[in-house]
Amino acid sequence: MHGLVNKSLQTFLVDTFGMAAWQEIAHRSGVAQALGPDGFESMQIYDDSLTEALVDAAVAVLHCPRDSLLEDMGTYLVSNERMEPLRRLLRFGGVSFTDFLFSLDELQGRSRLAVPDFTMPDLTLEEGGLGQFTLVCRGGLAGFGHVMVGILRALADDYGALAVLDLGAAAPGEERIVIEVHDPAFHVGRRFDLAAETR
Amino acid sequence: MDGDPRPPGFGLGAAALGQLMPMYLWLDAGCRICGIGPTMRKLLGDAVLGQTLDSVFVLRVPRRADHAGALLRAQRLLMKLRDPPGTAFKGTAVPLSGPEGVLVNLSFGYAVREAVRDHELSATDFAPTDLAIELLYLHEAKRAVMGEVMRMADRLQGAKARAEAQAVTDALTGLGNRRAMEMTLEKLLQSGQGFALLHLDLDYFKQVNDTLGHAAGDHVLCETAARLRASVRGDDLVTRVGGDEFVILLAGVHDPAPLRRVGAQILRRMSGPITFQDQPCRVAISIGAVLRQPGEAIVGDALLARADAALYASKKAGRARLSLGLPDGSAQDMVSECDLDAGEAP
Repeated sequence: MHGLVNKSLQTFLVDTFGMAAWQEIAHRSGVAQALGPDGFESMQIYDDSLTEALVDAAVAVLHCPRDSLLEDMGTYLVSNERMEPLRRLLRFGGVSFTDFLFSLDELQGRSRLAVPDFTMPDLTLEEGGLGQFTLVCRGGLAGFGHVMVGILRALADDYGALAVLDLGAAAPGEERIVIEVHDPAFHVGRRFDLAAETR
Repeated sequence: MDGDPRPPGFGLGAAALGQLMPMYLWLDAGCRICGIGPTMRKLLGDAVLGQTLDSVFVLRVPRRADHAGALLRAQRLLMKLRDPPGTAFKGTAVPLSGPEGVLVNLSFGYAVREAVRDHELSATDFAPTDLAIELLYLHEAKRAVMGEVMRMADRLQGAKARAEAQAVTDALTGLGNRRAMEMTLEKLLQSGQGFALLHLDLDYFKQVNDTLGHAAGDHVLCETAARLRASVRGDDLVTRVGGDEFVILLAGVHDPAPLRRVGAQILRRMSGPITFQDQPCRVAISIGAVLRQPGEAIVGDALLARADAALYASKKAGRARLSLGLPDGSAQDMVSECDLDAGEAP
């Protein structure tokens, strides 16, 4: 798993649950022993088993369900101030939430353009009736669908759209997110200047 | 044109043209602006309609364009706004088949970020086929990735500095270690300057370790380190090169007199009692010293061997003293603890 994913997971756990919790999780998962006190580096590749062990350890230490932990991580990626560059990169996807949903098919290509060795799970958007979509996620971390639900909920809010999201029945190797966009302009979303001077 | 169903030349409404090229300019034969695309209107306003190209833009390629032909001959147009913020454009001109005049399509080129900021443009101001948004995305992605890489480089730099410091430091006493001694010795030898090398050895250290334990031994080493440090100048190098062995390098000292003073200082400080948990730790220090004269050709090993021989002479002569190793391999007794009691000058 790419360091960007692992490092985000680490940052999320430290910011949300504190340094002491992170240290316990890092120790229990073997991350501390394998990588030392600094943990992950963003621009390195790590074995997938280390990421799985980290999530398992977080679930055990924090006594919280895996699904909601992953969804909270997705929300964090978009809404935490520290992750502003990522929110902006995602917002480049479209001028409205619906427009953004259509750009998800290209998310893999877009992330590769930024970080060539970064592999995103495969995302396919299926269009149902008006404002009805299903996002199919294949590959990646087990439970990635929950991360994606968190990301999409936070982004709908960011765009000011009223949308209902739910994880549908999962088939082996794929997760399906059912999306209903009720009102793309429900409230004024967060501002997005194309050429903002961020820090 | 075999197989091409289009008639030669076809019409396009202003709205359709604006969707394809939101930054077009329609100029008449005299280069007067007759129409502009929606994004251009956002930049320039309707007031430019009827004005000449030259009055709105500073032309760089071609230099002058008072008739449309000049624009058509240029392979690529380069121009910028006359008014602030002087936004730059590149473009291309094609002749119109209906009315007289040319159609010019412009884009921002490399200055797209500044243009978007200055004119508060949004994604809908660009044609969906324009790669401007992708370029802005790439710019931010690159900056985010660079930021991560820079932070990682900073962390590595810090780790490297710590590792280097650890590599030349004796963990117990905080003095330099053998590596530090060898590096500095080599540097002094290469510089050609004169210096003194003192090889010091604790006497009775093993007995302290055996009778009072290793904690007492460690305490003696740390106390000795502190006393040695206090006996020399701030930038002299004091190192612990083995269990109870120390080496001191005094840059610029190549006469017996100052060497003797430093030796006396060390012997005086070391003559004070060292206690550990109220138990006296009886140790003494023997010193073998050598002087390297400025420019003298000698290798480090030979210097260390000469100092070692002088140290042996000190031990043989009764310990708690400093002997100077001479080039012929003999040693000269310079100062002993007994001399101090007899009123040795500081």
